[in-house]
Amino acid sequence: MRFAESFRVAFDALRVNRLRSVLTMFGVVVGVAAVVVLVAIGTGARDLVRTEIEGLGSNIVFVAPGELGIGSAPTISRMRLEDVGYLGRVTGDESGIAVALNSGETVRAGHEQAFASVLGANENLRNVFDRPLRRGRYLSRTDVETRRRVVVLGSDLARRLFGDVDPVGRQVAIAGGTRFRVVGVLAEVGQTFGQARDAEAHVPITTAQRMFGVDRVDYIAVRARTKDDVPRLQSEVVDALERKYRGEKFSAITQTQLLGTIGTVLGALTGVLAAIAAISLLVGGVGVSNIMLVGVRERTREIGLRKALGARQRDILAQFLVEAVLLTTLGGTAGILLGVGAALTIAAVSPVPAAVSWWSPAVAFAVSAAVGVFFGVVPARRAGRLDPVVALRAE
Amino acid sequence: MSGPGPPALEAVDVTRTYRMEGVDVTALRGVSLRVGAGEFVAILGPSGSGKSTLMHLLGCLDRPTGGTLRIGGRDVAALSDGELAELRNARVGFVFQSFHLLARTSARDNVALPLVYRGVPRAERRRRAGEALAAVGLGHRLGHRPGQLSGGEQQRVAIARALVGDPGVVLADEPTGNLDTRTGHDVMDLLERLNRERGVAVVLVTHEPDIAERARRRIHLRDGRVERDTGGGAA
Repeated sequence: MRFAESFRVAFDALRVNRLRSVLTMFGVVVGVAAVVVLVAIGTGARDLVRTEIEGLGSNIVFVAPGELGIGSAPTISRMRLEDVGYLGRVTGDESGIAVALNSGETVRAGHEQAFASVLGANENLRNVFDRPLRRGRYLSRTDVETRRRVVVLGSDLARRLFGDVDPVGRQVAIAGGTRFRVVGVLAEVGQTFGQARDAEAHVPITTAQRMFGVDRVDYIAVRARTKDDVPRLQSEVVDALERKYRGEKFSAITQTQLLGTIGTVLGALTGVLAAIAAISLLVGGVGVSNIMLVGVRERTREIGLRKALGARQRDILAQFLVEAVLLTTLGGTAGILLGVGAALTIAAVSPVPAAVSWWSPAVAFAVSAAVGVFFGVVPARRAGRLDPVVALRAE
Repeated sequence: MSGPGPPALEAVDVTRTYRMEGVDVTALRGVSLRVGAGEFVAILGPSGSGKSTLMHLLGCLDRPTGGTLRIGGRDVAALSDGELAELRNARVGFVFQSFHLLARTSARDNVALPLVYRGVPRAERRRRAGEALAAVGLGHRLGHRPGQLSGGEQQRVAIARALVGDPGVVLADEPTGNLDTRTGHDVMDLLERLNRERGVAVVLVTHEPDIAERARRRIHLRDGRVERDTGGGAA
């Protein structure tokens, strides 16, 4: 029997039992929609992370103490400000080396106050991370060397403390009293890993160390001149530090490696979520199988007649298989529309990222067709094997 | 009354035994008969005489346990299930007591059904189905569904379906059983006319004497054997 005819017959059969067909499809609709939505969220999360990491600036090597890896315990840093000069001699470019010391503190200006990430930095940090200024100036080498109490505010922080007033030249109090003079305001950059980078307050690293009573730096970031310099820089910096701090381990990680690691984790998470959602697709498939068996029983006489008129076993098998696949692909299409709609809605009204990639609806459609074949084959074979003499006599 | 060419049907010492719950039940115990092209034969017999079994065998729906059965000159024992289906499609037309029309399908598409399994293109199928319906006097009922037709009209649709593929033989199993006497005779008139005009052999199973009377040849079955055969075809 020709495919077009099988298709017509299958479509008629589904239309006659409209309610039953729709209810049977429902399992597939929900399963496919769930897979599409979860994959969209996973993809969205990965895109977001990629944008954020790329937004950090290019060709940056992050140096941190200890063996770096997901799940490893953080190590207290023994790195010092002097390491900037030390590493500068190693790499030949001191201006490409930034240090940072981080602490969450309250910042106050008059009656306004806000919680900010106070970042002790050296004068190179702005260049290494590509942070343009909106007003005033950035921290200078003299600020760092003379431990000045000056601060450069993130754009959000500036707005919250001073509103529309230009904060440059005004005073803020950090960590319950120490007074700082505002010398500049950074341009807006958005969030990175949920950290509001526009709510940072950059102060000279030396001032921060005295304020917090420490002499360490949390991490060092080194900027390579070109992409090709990155691997060499990585090993040079780690070797130099391990030579200096005998017995300590250091890690240097690049954006690409960070992207790879986080991408792998998010990919695995997306896979697990999609697999869980796929269970409902499986349940939907069992429902299709069940309803097809009922259909075969109901249409036993029809099958007998078709065989008497010359239908071969494979004609009958094809007819019921096409019906099962039609059922699941119609359900799959509805599920894709529902899932894409839900993903777009989620992306529009909530902070959860959701990006529908071109391949996930295609894969969902193929999977629903495969579910139809897989769960349709048992009922279809049963139909094909019916003895025409017995089938014609059926009630 | 055999015409030229091979006989439409030929059975030589055909037996058919069923195994039901471990017990062998013999339905046919050596039936030999020959139906020539263009013959009109009635098979009669009490229930349990093997009429239905014989019809199923002649219609290639079943295979004999013993003996030789040739349909259109081909020995069915040598055929696979698929080949048997093709032979059935090409050589045999069925008319059933309960019509067996697809309820949600138009008269024309019901009639076209055998051609679907022959791979005939849709437009051609529809044309030939229309012609077959016109031949049974239902050219004005192409789009009607079985439920919109009377019993006699439904059986005429079924006859058109049996004829649409130009078979060598039409097997009619109690074709008038569900019809009133008058309509039954109309259907018989139609079968006779088609037999005469088209030269298609008709084998009819019935238990109604006045219907059987109209056949030129009558074969009486009893206990799985041919008890009496009024025609000359059999060996």
